[in-house]
Amino acid sequence: MTQINRLAGGQIDRHTTLNFTFDGKKYQGHAGDTLASALLANNVRLMGRSFKYHRPRGPLTAGSEEPNALVELRSGARQEPNTRATTAELFDGLQARSQNRFPSLKFDAMAINDRFSNFLTAGFYYKTFMWPAAFWEKIYEPIIRKAAGLGSLSMQEDPDQYDKGFRHCDVLIIGAGPSGLMAALTAARAGKEVILADEDFTFGGRLNSETHAINDNVATDWVASSIAELASLPNVRLMPRTTIIGAFDHGIYGAVERISDHLPIPPADKPRQILWRIYASRAILCAGATERPIAFENNDRPGIMLAGALRTYANRYGTTAAKRVAIFTNNDDGHRTASDLATKGVHIAAVVDTRPDAPSGHNYEVLKGAQIVNTMGRLGLTFAEVLQADGSTRMLECGALGVSGGWNPNVHLTCHQRGRPTWNGDLAAFVPGGTLPPGMTVAGAAMGDFSTHAALTSGTQAAATALGVKAVNVPLAEDAPIRQTPFWYVEGASRAWLDQQNDVTVKDVKLSHQEGFRSVEHLKRYTTLGMATDQGKTSNMGGLAIMAELAGKSIPEVGTTIFRPPYTATAIGVMGGRMRGKDFHPTRLTPSHDWAKERGAVFVEVGNWLRAQWFPIAGETHWRESVDREVTATRASVGVCDCTTLGKIDVQGVDAATFLNKIYCNGFAKLAVGKVRYGLMLREDGIAMDDGTAGRMADDHFIVTTTTANAARVYQHMEFVRQCLMPDADVQVISTTEAWAQYAVAGPNSRKLLQKIVDPEFDITNEGFPFMACGNITVCGGLRARLFRISFSGELAFEIAVPSRYGDALMRRLMSEGEEFDVTPYGTEALGVMRIEKGHAAGNELNGTTTALNLGMGRMVSKVKDSIGSKLSERAGLNEPDALMQVGIKPLDAEQKVTAGGHLMNEDGPVDAAHDQGYVTSAAFSPTMGSMIGLGFLKDGSNRTGEKMRLVSPVTDLTIEVEIVSAHFVDPEGERVRA
Amino acid sequence: MRYSGFKVIKEALTGHKGWKPAWRDPEPRPHYDIIIIGGGGHGLATAHYLAKVYGQKNIAVIEKGWIGGGNVGRNTTIIRSNYMLDGNEPFYEFSLKLWEGLEQDLNYNAMISQRGIMNLIHSDAQRDAFIRRGNAMMLNGADAELLDAAQIRKEYPFLNFDDARFPIKGGLAQRRGGTVRHDAVAWGFARSADSHGVDIIQNCEVTGFRIENGKCLGIETSKGFIGANKVASAVAGSSGRLMAKANMRLPIESHVLQAFVSEGLKPVLPGVITFGAGHFYVSQSDKGGLVFGGDIDGYNSYAQRGNLPVVEDVCEGGMAIMPIIGRARLLRMWGGIMDMSMDGSPIIDETHIEGLYFNGGWCYGGFKATPASGYAYAHLLAKGTPHETATAYRFNRFETGHMIDEKGMGNQPNLH
Ligand SMILES: Cc1cc2nc3c(=O)[nH]c(=O)nc-3n(C[C@H](O)[C@H](O)[C@H](O)COP(=O)(O)OP(=O)(O)OC[C@H]3O[C@@H](n4cnc5c(N)ncnc54)[C@H](O)[C@@H]3O)c2cc1C
Repeated sequence: MTQINRLAGGQIDRHTTLNFTFDGKKYQGHAGDTLASALLANNVRLMGRSFKYHRPRGPLTAGSEEPNALVELRSGARQEPNTRATTAELFDGLQARSQNRFPSLKFDAMAINDRFSNFLTAGFYYKTFMWPAAFWEKIYEPIIRKAAGLGSLSMQEDPDQYDKGFRHCDVLIIGAGPSGLMAALTAARAGKEVILADEDFTFGGRLNSETHAINDNVATDWVASSIAELASLPNVRLMPRTTIIGAFDHGIYGAVERISDHLPIPPADKPRQILWRIYASRAILCAGATERPIAFENNDRPGIMLAGALRTYANRYGTTAAKRVAIFTNNDDGHRTASDLATKGVHIAAVVDTRPDAPSGHNYEVLKGAQIVNTMGRLGLTFAEVLQADGSTRMLECGALGVSGGWNPNVHLTCHQRGRPTWNGDLAAFVPGGTLPPGMTVAGAAMGDFSTHAALTSGTQAAATALGVKAVNVPLAEDAPIRQTPFWYVEGASRAWLDQQNDVTVKDVKLSHQEGFRSVEHLKRYTTLGMATDQGKTSNMGGLAIMAELAGKSIPEVGTTIFRPPYTATAIGVMGGRMRGKDFHPTRLTPSHDWAKERGAVFVEVGNWLRAQWFPIAGETHWRESVDREVTATRASVGVCDCTTLGKIDVQGVDAATFLNKIYCNGFAKLAVGKVRYGLMLREDGIAMDDGTAGRMADDHFIVTTTTANAARVYQHMEFVRQCLMPDADVQVISTTEAWAQYAVAGPNSRKLLQKIVDPEFDITNEGFPFMACGNITVCGGLRARLFRISFSGELAFEIAVPSRYGDALMRRLMSEGEEFDVTPYGTEALGVMRIEKGHAAGNELNGTTTALNLGMGRMVSKVKDSIGSKLSERAGLNEPDALMQVGIKPLDAEQKVTAGGHLMNEDGPVDAAHDQGYVTSAAFSPTMGSMIGLGFLKDGSNRTGEKMRLVSPVTDLTIEVEIVSAHFVDPEGERVRA
Repeated sequence: MRYSGFKVIKEALTGHKGWKPAWRDPEPRPHYDIIIIGGGGHGLATAHYLAKVYGQKNIAVIEKGWIGGGNVGRNTTIIRSNYMLDGNEPFYEFSLKLWEGLEQDLNYNAMISQRGIMNLIHSDAQRDAFIRRGNAMMLNGADAELLDAAQIRKEYPFLNFDDARFPIKGGLAQRRGGTVRHDAVAWGFARSADSHGVDIIQNCEVTGFRIENGKCLGIETSKGFIGANKVASAVAGSSGRLMAKANMRLPIESHVLQAFVSEGLKPVLPGVITFGAGHFYVSQSDKGGLVFGGDIDGYNSYAQRGNLPVVEDVCEGGMAIMPIIGRARLLRMWGGIMDMSMDGSPIIDETHIEGLYFNGGWCYGGFKATPASGYAYAHLLAKGTPHETATAYRFNRFETGHMIDEKGMGNQPNLH
């Protein structure tokens, strides 16, 4: 028998024994245990170390508010730091390790900090480490940083899956204790759609920890029958192991359901956890209450815990933390623990009650008007020193000490929309108040209704009122009056812990007050009180109360900090869901993707698209070889490029032309049917937004193309204009980017190639289908298609579009028909090279700060009409005499590298920001020119052709001499496109 | 009271009885030469430099709540000077230099940590833009370093190099960038300003301006009227609401930005990382928490809280680039109100009302600007002319077209 602290009873399954290890040592526990309860059963109290002083620590609580018993759970890539032993469900094979200690939990060298605690007080860092100045970076900070943190990450990718989903309900009930169950029964019997969620793996809340009766039966029987009824109803969804982490706007609640955390590994195809967004018309917060400690000297030793937690361990988990237990309380609740434990045969050393008029116990001694003034025991409690009412002291031998300073309603979720709780003097506690999140009601202990009867009653009433349904009968239960007279700390205590994890003591609060950090916010930030992983659930009140006393104010005058989501710390993985790795964003494939893959194309991410970057052929060893070949072959004969990714927007309606005339800065009203026009659109602020073409297919039908990068943005902009600026216009827009596969067919032989597939009734000769023509055609014997005679490459070129499902076939056909011309597929690199050679602006030039003027298209901005952005583009600052103008850049020495992002400086003179003349936007090796070339923006650039300049790029360690040339390196007269 | 090694040791050995309040808690006087509204980083820094550098006396900082409770205590503490445009880079580099000497200047350890910031690159176009930026930084005397993927892998081996949707192709590093303990900035400036005689008046909300004949004579507050020769607003996220009381409409929109911190973890991240293909940036605090954030919530709001979609978006970015954090837990999240100017750059200027000055429009990047903003604002208040590094931060730039739009997002409300 190793579990020497086991008691009779409880909800554990003694027939199922589970093996586990803690710091490598083997233990056994039972199904239904938590890691903490199983360790306590094995007489292990020491489970962790505190953050700053590395003080030995055991569990303070039996729930999610735990500050001390944090462990690294599991091993390998599943290692999970800072896991609360008090909520981790035991499973067979569980492995846990203590953390934040070196070399071992029992002997931790960093505990030396405790000896220097006089130095490491609140605010210590701000006053020191400043001398000598250079030491901070090199010496002090590295040491501080090395000591940081609690548990460690595995440094491996999380192997588990996470999911996300949506749920909807009439009422979300948060917490399945007595009030939550009553609220659920009330709503469910009235036919409402109910979700009942509880963070625990067992429903019943506090009832699981108590020996109360409901309707003269064990309370857990009533829980079981209530759950059975709820489970039988189709309108009820029960969600155990589900924490409501936050109350967000519009009645949306975040919930994390732990699907597999109680198992060694998630079952096949199951996620570890699921994030639910629950859309609830109403919510009833039945989150219960948290017991608050009392601060006294050395109140942090393993074995000292909240009295209610001792009771939970005894009644629910059938275990005690030690054979001899003492209680320190200021209220009747501490006596319950004594009585429950005594009934189970635990020796009660004494109940130390601060109240002179404390009740007497029948099976334990009560020291009335007494206080605990110190404790002993290095790695676990051995003795508690009591100051008795008569002034004498007495040593109590005990291995555990249950502390109760009363209870605080769990108001956390009521604060998530910045509502502030209000002070209830009778309870000496904050209760929900101020503005609650819309739709939220609070019931039970969370509202300050502490007795079981009161909780049951308020649960049904809250549901009845919130939903306008009938309350249900309240079963019989205890209704003991609540007496909570505040008692926060023992006079004279100084190393008395408030925030156990962050090592904030009464002394620190006093110092904070002394130095003027007196508001709650300052106290919290100066001392780190309440900033630990438990978010101050057990510590904030004590700190606040002491500050109030020091400031001579009442607690509500000092105020309270409000709680922020999440209610308990939440795995980042579940917030990310499946959007990770390759699934981070959807991958959009072009219609020719499979074909390109077969050809061995190299692909590149372009936004969410994957595009062929180049198509290497046998013998090519460097990407430049492929790209140069693609450019040369296209310019010499014919090349094909998939340009489906360009945004395509269908604009239809009687007012389509008027609409586009407003959108583009150049004129579109009079564009003839069957013609395409290049268009530049400006933002409201007069800056160039995007460029592309619009083809008029019919009087009331245009096809607009956008750049790949701006496809969504332009569409958004058009919708805005349509809905907000021209609401009365007859115009509809829709994105057809995915609906049409579109290929550029470019080069002197492009027409000849197309003539082989365009059905003969369509004349695509230069006369029948001149530059900038467009039309609906058919190809390959009747397949619907669209043809545009436009050119990005500067060659005779067309863009041909077919419905996407024919895209693959069309590409293959173009390739086979083109064999006689040595047709060459080209990718985005060659596309880029050719557009730079031709001086066409693209994303690098349309960078959101450039105007039509900068782009050399100033004259395109029509003065005869009002288009978006035209007015603001006239502002003086955008039209200065030395405004940046797009230019071409050529290295003087053809061997040298032109760097995009390099800055232009005059041939002589200083090289610094004050003498900056402009910058290079795009650069590429031009096989046509036989050197690298660039496009850039240069001050007064249009008047500086022929000037020699320096291109500097200190960040890539490069300076070269360049010549400013026309941006149109190839065919500046545009003869080829018209051929 | 000066903090010194000697003092620290002495107090430790004598029970810390000798520490005095870091600043006084005075009642407002009826009239000041200069009133600064807003006890955030910028307001307190302005007071410090006004008193210490510009020798001004009779100054008050008026704060509606507790100093440091606004954005200065809510941000993700990143400092850097990796800007690109002429109007910005000299100012932010000036700020970084002030940070570098701040602890000695204030006699307060704000834990300025130049651990470096790394902007990851995921496409060729991004690289081109970062080269341009890095060059602009270096031409302005700041430091910048361009790294390739292999170099980044050496420094950050745990980033997603093998299974990334948007592969890491490099990064632009600024080694002098880093983080600062944000609260300590507010407290350090406050303590120093106070020691130079500045009255810091907390729990005093400015409810209006007394303006007569186009001249501002003082402020109405919850503690009554306080007169002043000059009134200077530095209320960041509250700019729109405060200046409305002077009947001014600002070229500013208010948005929520959220931030997140994980539970304390043993050190993993040496510096600051920004993910260039999603909304995620992260650093690790000296206490061990991963401090991270992403994009604004995307709707206009004065509510200091955010919503789930952005929480998810940010964590998705985090899991995409740094999948080791899946089992780390998000501990706390919060929101602050961003004073988003139309071009993303700030305003430090006089207004059309005589004696009324404005500092705002800091968007999500004003923390790093705190010292320079205070310095430049103090200069403007003391000398009547813009500081040499802040000449571009004028109201009229939207009218004249001299916008300073680093991101090229566009100078109109519906684009932010
Ligand atoms: C989540 C988040 C992350 C951020 N991350 C970064 C970052 O990493 N790096 C960076 O450089 N910047 C960051 N920022 C931006 C930065 O925090 C702000 O730009 C900057 O702090 C604003 O200046 P401040 O400190 O003066 O503002 P605040 O601290 O907000 O000061 C304004 C003060 O004015 C007071 N006030 C308002 N109205 C009144 C009134 N009527 N009367 C009296 N007082 C009033 C407020 O109470 C407040 O104290 C971030 C911001 C947020 C919210």
